[in-house]
Amino acid sequence: MSERFESMIDLLRKGRAKEIQAETQAALDEGHTPKEILEQALMEGMRIVGDLFKNNQIYVPEMLIAARAMNASLEVLKPLFLAGDVEERGTVVLGTVKGDLHDIGKNLVKIMMEGKGLRVIDLGVDVPAQRFIDEARTHGARVIALSALLTTTMGEMQAVVRAAEAAGERDALKILIGGAPVTEAFRQQIGADAYAPDATSGADAAVAILRG
Amino acid sequence: MRFDRLVIDDPDDLVFGRAPFPVTTPRGLVIGGGRVYPELNFTLPTMSITPDTYGEVKRHYREIVEGALTRAHELHQDGVVLEFETLLEMTLDPRLGIEIVTLMHELCEEAFEKHGLRAEIRLTPNDTRDFERPVRMRSSRHLDAMFELFEGGARAGGNLLSIESTGGKEVCDEALMTCDLQQVVFSLAVLGVRDMRFLWRRIVEIARDTGTIPGGDTACGFGNTAMVLAEKKYIPRVFAAVVRLVSVVRTLVAIEEGALGPDKDCGYEGPYLKAITGRPISMEGRTAACAHTSPLGNVAGACCDLWSNESVNHVKLLSGMAPTVSMEQLIYDTRLFDQAIRQGHVHAYRDLMVRSDAGLDPQALILDPVAVIDVSRAIVSGANHVEAAILGASKGLELIERAVGDGTLRLEEREVGWIGMLQEQLEAMPRTEEGLLAAVLPQLDPAKVRLEEYGL
Repeated sequence: MSERFESMIDLLRKGRAKEIQAETQAALDEGHTPKEILEQALMEGMRIVGDLFKNNQIYVPEMLIAARAMNASLEVLKPLFLAGDVEERGTVVLGTVKGDLHDIGKNLVKIMMEGKGLRVIDLGVDVPAQRFIDEARTHGARVIALSALLTTTMGEMQAVVRAAEAAGERDALKILIGGAPVTEAFRQQIGADAYAPDATSGADAAVAILRG
Repeated sequence: MRFDRLVIDDPDDLVFGRAPFPVTTPRGLVIGGGRVYPELNFTLPTMSITPDTYGEVKRHYREIVEGALTRAHELHQDGVVLEFETLLEMTLDPRLGIEIVTLMHELCEEAFEKHGLRAEIRLTPNDTRDFERPVRMRSSRHLDAMFELFEGGARAGGNLLSIESTGGKEVCDEALMTCDLQQVVFSLAVLGVRDMRFLWRRIVEIARDTGTIPGGDTACGFGNTAMVLAEKKYIPRVFAAVVRLVSVVRTLVAIEEGALGPDKDCGYEGPYLKAITGRPISMEGRTAACAHTSPLGNVAGACCDLWSNESVNHVKLLSGMAPTVSMEQLIYDTRLFDQAIRQGHVHAYRDLMVRSDAGLDPQALILDPVAVIDVSRAIVSGANHVEAAILGASKGLELIERAVGDGTLRLEEREVGWIGMLQEQLEAMPRTEEGLLAAVLPQLDPAKVRLEEYGL
């Protein structure tokens, strides 16, 4: 790996947004393509950060500052990407179900998914079932990720499954569910496609679905 | 700050079962008067709450209360508190909430007349303002219904009034994820304090008009959210401990405005309230594992006056329905508390609970009665709620650092650096409401945070 990319990874891990922008420009000036910088510095850096988090070596705030540094670098790169430069890793529509306003877990899932290069359309909280389907269609998403924190709202997840069936899009759309009261047994009961017990495995599950 | 000195100034006086200002309920429970009573909280199994299912909802609550009171009688328990923590639909439509209180009250009356079992209902409506975005603390369309439930529920037999209020949460949630202590202090010591004043003036008024007891509040949505995030290893435990300490000034405002105790079970800041105000407190620990895990299972009992299970679904376990099972577990625990009191072993039992947990987590360390008194002294020395919060948090960090240094607190290596970082953040923080507001204002999203809803 080039020294430049190693330096960028180090700055990403430390959350040095301004410095990483300078390094990004320096990497471009050296002849590296935006795609190389994205994949070998930024995505590699976020992979390392993700692994550190998974192994309980860093906390969420440290992941967040790394994500911010990555976004700062992307501000420099984005105008330079050519069509086809960036592999489309997939789009996820994410939200907390209708009647439920808890969002900390959902926000964490979003961070993890974006760290893995997924495009996340965050619908927020208290989202009606049909809206998940409509937004997935609008944004070309293949995964709908649902969060619920209450036993009285998790039933809405089944409403989303049914809405996908009614729209004739059940095969095209994969439904991933998570949240404190949610279980694998519940997933099977309502016919969702995947269950994730935490934010990290939620992001992994989305990547696995989109690869497969 | 209305409290400038401690009512309990000696750790030896901060014990379970005894509060300088006990509270006597209409059926004669004396909370903080020399006994510890069980407080049972419960909720429905997974189901929708609609007009079509109201009958089933009420059947569940009838079964819960009948089962719990029957078991209490079988175990020779003479006094219990039943917390009815409403679900959203019951607060949005207070008639349902009031019907359930009425039903529970009838069953409690029956148990009192038949067996002399003194069962009191704690009524805890939802803070439905939290179910609007952006939150509107003073102008929410849900406020009237919330107060209607308080008043109607109090008249129907809810003798202890509480709430888990959420003023300031819209700032704190994000601040927890970024470990931004300045924003945490702002959310609790400015926004939270202002909202508590607004809310509790009204609740105390309702309690006075209905002849009921304004119990207290909790910073559950702040301190316990931090605790759960720390349990999941998303944020440092040291940070979660500091959030707990900062939350004291917020929950204290309920008592400043006239609440009498006991505060809410999930308020682990309760021992601080007891030291500062002398009011009885409700706590939850190992017996709340049915609702959430925590590093505080034993230490939480050190100075409790009510001992709670937090909440449990009405589902069948091997031995019986879960609320009945919880009732039994709580009763056995409170028997031990009471037996320790009778045999003069209060300090020995308390110290067993403290020592078994305090060395394993900073959140447990700060619940050691010695730490509670130390930190409480710092809190009441503050000229205002912001300064009080900062001084309390700083003293707590000092105690944590000392315990790490002398080996009495086990702390992961990656946590240790956070002690200094957080101490620096506190030192740099403005110590007045105006100063803190000026510092955080540029970071606030006006779409999410409506300062006018806090009177700012």
